[in-house]
Amino acid sequence: MKAKFLASAGIVAATAVALTGCSGGGGGEGGEAAAASCTNTVVNTEAPQVTVWAWYPAFDQVVDQFNNANDDVQICWTNAGQGNDEYTRFSTSIESGSGAPDVIQLESEVLSSFTIRNALVDLTEYGANDVKGDYAEGAWEDASSGDAVYAIPVDGGPMGMLYRQDIFDAAGIEVPTTWEEFEAAARTLKESGSDAVIADFPTNGRAFNQALFAQAGSTPFEYDSANPQEIGINVNDDGAKQVLEYWNGLVEDGLVATDDAFTADYNTKLVDGSYAVYLAAAWGPGYLQGLSDADPEAVWRAAPLPQWDAADPVQVNWGGSTFAVTEQASDKDLAARVAMNIFGNEEGMNLGVDEGALFPSYAPVLDSTEFADKEYEFFGGQQINKEVFLDAAAGYEGATFSPFQNYAYDQLTEQIYAMVQGEKDGGQALDDLQASLEQYATEQGFTLK
Amino acid sequence: MATTSTQASSRHADVSSKSDHRPDRNFRRRQRWGWLFVAPFAVVFITFLILPLAYAFRMSLFTNTLAAGTDFVGADNYIKAFTDPIFLGGLATVAKFALIMIPAQMIVALLAALVLDNLATWASKFSRLMIFVPYAIPVVIGALMWGFLYSPRFGPASSIFNLVGLSAPEFLSQDNIFGSLVNIVTWQWAGYYMIIIYAALRGIDPGIYEAAVLDGASDRQIATRIKIPMISSSLVMVVIFALIGTLQFFTEPQVLRGVAQGAIPVSYTPNMYAYSLAFSYSQFNYASAISFALGIVVFVFSFLFLFLTRKQSGLK
Repeated sequence: MKAKFLASAGIVAATAVALTGCSGGGGGEGGEAAAASCTNTVVNTEAPQVTVWAWYPAFDQVVDQFNNANDDVQICWTNAGQGNDEYTRFSTSIESGSGAPDVIQLESEVLSSFTIRNALVDLTEYGANDVKGDYAEGAWEDASSGDAVYAIPVDGGPMGMLYRQDIFDAAGIEVPTTWEEFEAAARTLKESGSDAVIADFPTNGRAFNQALFAQAGSTPFEYDSANPQEIGINVNDDGAKQVLEYWNGLVEDGLVATDDAFTADYNTKLVDGSYAVYLAAAWGPGYLQGLSDADPEAVWRAAPLPQWDAADPVQVNWGGSTFAVTEQASDKDLAARVAMNIFGNEEGMNLGVDEGALFPSYAPVLDSTEFADKEYEFFGGQQINKEVFLDAAAGYEGATFSPFQNYAYDQLTEQIYAMVQGEKDGGQALDDLQASLEQYATEQGFTLK
Repeated sequence: MATTSTQASSRHADVSSKSDHRPDRNFRRRQRWGWLFVAPFAVVFITFLILPLAYAFRMSLFTNTLAAGTDFVGADNYIKAFTDPIFLGGLATVAKFALIMIPAQMIVALLAALVLDNLATWASKFSRLMIFVPYAIPVVIGALMWGFLYSPRFGPASSIFNLVGLSAPEFLSQDNIFGSLVNIVTWQWAGYYMIIIYAALRGIDPGIYEAAVLDGASDRQIATRIKIPMISSSLVMVVIFALIGTLQFFTEPQVLRGVAQGAIPVSYTPNMYAYSLAFSYSQFNYASAISFALGIVVFVFSFLFLFLTRKQSGLK
């Protein structure tokens, strides 16, 4: 009896220990705690390890390359989800004060959402400014706030227009260079009786919608991490209204689709000839090639994004990501070195370009003739970097995002959806967006500029 | 004799005193064992439910804004929650779901149970299983599957409607999303409720039916006058399950949001609102308050319902 009593007491105690063990295991210094769960194989087990969260395609090869090339530091890599999935985990780690990695992949648009929570390290203390010259200006701008540098740029998303030459030819359409021509092409296409519409205008386009607004001069936010309590919100400025009214006109005339982006339906429609044009970032070609059910007859070509004023072209960016060092990193100096060096060398970046279809922000690769002259089989051998994306990247001057970008995007989606449903016009939608964001910012303790 | 009798009586007394004592000690001993058996559960229960609840409640009394930091605000978050048009709008949505979805599930479940109760063939066993199967599918998988069925591109609807020369309804549009969600939930849960009701029907003494038949009752009269009243406590339980589930509506709309972000905004139901506040907008404190506010609403409605149906459920 006694033995049994003790045994069960032991089980209870063991359970309790296991439970507390669980809650303790998630914490600790990112390094040791997560070391057991590296996706990659660590080459030199003696060296200190830096934990990295990232979702780049073919990133395993880049990590192996880094670990083989560096004897004194090793990367322990985890894919913690793509975009919002990763941010949710990171956000929870910040709240609980433990569990974050040392180095994390973040899109440049969410950087200020994390700097305001004091989650990221200012890399200027760790020599970031020494490598500034190695990166494209707009990308560096996106990763900085005032004098502080919160991340090292990795890839960018300069925008261009991918189009179906075969559909254009069948309807007798010339490649549009301005938005006016784009609308005319949309009408011609519709009148030709084609099954395709010219493009999709997704209500949940988020950064895509914002990039189109920016092309007409919209600067939705003014924000500087050095003065984090102050924010300027101008989401309903003239540029944004002009663009949204333009698209609303196309929607009302049935010239474009309004399918949600990034759904299975959308992915299929992108490649099966439902849309004649895919307004895309430089990572778009890689995305297209990964989709199934493609129309085998499709003839894809790339052209610059249509302009509002052909004489004064404006280049915009959609997406693009960086490596940041978290405040929870145990050895910030080492983590910063890793953040700067993963893609900050030609071997690593070339792997990213060739295997992961990244558009590099690292200048030695970006400016190389190999990259400019790269021929893409998917585009019938077209040199899309030289003809489209390099110019777009060179002309991009950077953008400012809000420290509550996810909320701003969710609200934008709601407003554009209401507009597409015919509940309000574009101007009203943006005015309502402005009001809701101002209210939110005030509630969150910001002073409006 | 006297001695023996005293001895006997004393022995008796002894025995009786012992037997008086024994159950008590045994009982206490058993009680101790009882606690031991409860302990593993209690440890898990306290660690994963009571403590997080207490922690969340504590969080809900503070506010943490992006720009201004953390402050103790007491009940302010609750006042804000119950005057927050988004939260109230979400409550109105789930109330609408409750009004439509619960009767729909009840009707399907009750009809199926009554029919199956009357049949005793292999077909009834098979049907019982088939009606129950959707419940065995994980909710997320079920919702994903319906997402595909509703898809204008991959779903069967467009081909079916094309056969008769009509265009398929857009299941995921703003106007139809409500019905689409009602359909998913009814499909998934009606089978489960059917099993509960069916089990209750099986528990009725068949002698009562015989008596009813002798009195000239028809099958329909037996169903409506005998069966349904006799299983009313199970029906009340089923409604309570459905009510609590509906007020906490989350998984199905959250999954379908992946393919209909416009029609299902982030704050469609109170639970989704709490989720996005916490994990998308990092407002853990207000999210805790919203969760507790929802908990209060669920409690009030469940209590109210149980109070109103205390006669049927046998609680009185």
